[in-house]
Amino acid sequence: MPELSVDHLLGIKYLNAEDINLIFKTADHFKEVINRPIKKVPSLRDITIANLFFENSTRTKLSFELAEKRLSADVINFSASQSSVNKGETLIDTVNNILSMKVDIVVMRHPNVGAGVFLSKHVDAKIINAGDGTHEHPTQALLDSYSIREKLGNVKGKKVLIVGDVLHSRVALSNIFALQLQGAKIKVCGPTTLIPKYISSLGVEVETNLKKALEWCDVANVLRVQHERMDINYFPSTREYTQLFGINKIILDNLGKKIVIMHPGPINRGVEITSDVADADQSIILNQVENGVGVRMGVIYLLAQQIKR
Amino acid sequence: MSKKILLNSKDIEIILHRLACQLIENHNDFSNTVLVGLQPRGSFLAKRLADLLKNRYHIKDLKLGLLDITFYRDDFRRREQPLTATSTEIDFIIEDKKVVFIDDVLFSGRSIRAALTAIQSYGRPENIELLVLIDRRFSRHLPIQPNYKGRQVDAINEEKVLVTWKETHKKDAVYLENN
Repeated sequence: MPELSVDHLLGIKYLNAEDINLIFKTADHFKEVINRPIKKVPSLRDITIANLFFENSTRTKLSFELAEKRLSADVINFSASQSSVNKGETLIDTVNNILSMKVDIVVMRHPNVGAGVFLSKHVDAKIINAGDGTHEHPTQALLDSYSIREKLGNVKGKKVLIVGDVLHSRVALSNIFALQLQGAKIKVCGPTTLIPKYISSLGVEVETNLKKALEWCDVANVLRVQHERMDINYFPSTREYTQLFGINKIILDNLGKKIVIMHPGPINRGVEITSDVADADQSIILNQVENGVGVRMGVIYLLAQQIKR
Repeated sequence: MSKKILLNSKDIEIILHRLACQLIENHNDFSNTVLVGLQPRGSFLAKRLADLLKNRYHIKDLKLGLLDITFYRDDFRRREQPLTATSTEIDFIIEDKKVVFIDDVLFSGRSIRAALTAIQSYGRPENIELLVLIDRRFSRHLPIQPNYKGRQVDAINEEKVLVTWKETHKKDAVYLENN
């Protein structure tokens, strides 16, 4: 059985197609494990994992913590809001203090781009990036592709549309890298102010007409409008955004085909997606959450495997 | 490298019949018994025995499961080669059932130890027995012994017992390899 080609999971751009395939195969086994009456295996009982969240998170943090516990690892949690970071401690000092408690793997979310890469160069532990600013969120992209594979059988050749605030989205960038590695076709759709200028250099097409974009795609991955990252007004009003780029049942029913709806969460119901679409049978939003635990178990297991005794 | 044949296909066939009869002796109609093959190599023996019990000895409703023990092994991160998982296929309840583990070669006993832990994820069995085709004596690391065995072999540690099946190698045979 091959190993991952990387020492850390810092971003999808460092992976190759075989890595993704290996992670998915491992996740398949763990998905079976988490559907057993007793959902736990003892593989990582001598591994300690620190979850460092310098930015808010609900789903990702819970999902990582559950994945770690299902693998029997010891888990310590850290939130920046309750820590000495507020007293002026640097990132390396914070992490080195935690590592001196003999931690093997660090799962980190940080508001700054490249925080995971920086950390991997300065500390002796496996690093898993759980989101670095607007850059990458690799496990989210992996679970998104895994969910598409589960729903449609294969990712290769599928047409995937990413709708919404692409500019501020780490999910979008990681998804683009992951989907391209697996041979999917990608388009992005959103207000031109929220589509980054570099997007065409990644080989991604831009479509500003939502209806045309939805008619093209097999899967629509809907992104949240990230008001908290917006320093200026990127569109006149939320109401106008919803009218032009919000996905509702009427648009979907008039497509003439049934596309798969995804959303990385948290959902702003009534803004980028209406409630009836989020809860429709073509939506796989909750499958994404379930698959998140299995995929993260796979990633953690494969990285832990590289830690020699 | 020398390779000696321990059992040929005829020997294996006779042994399979004997093991099937021994199982029937202890488990009657198998109404409260389940067979569990240990993945990957024990699954071939388990399927073969299940076929024999169903078709030659007319046991109806025989339950056969396959158990993967990869995530329960005690040598994770201690081996040169990474461990490869296979699938677990158990679509029945283990609770209060008599479980028979089936594997091809019993060597250190560590796989069986892992299987004993793994099966707990599916409930609390009434009891667990162990059936193996080859029992390598004097090589145990743990106090585990088979209830049913095809053949006992005294092999030194450098020697390897290799079991091949028609399904994968076109031939049923057991060899003793010396590197």
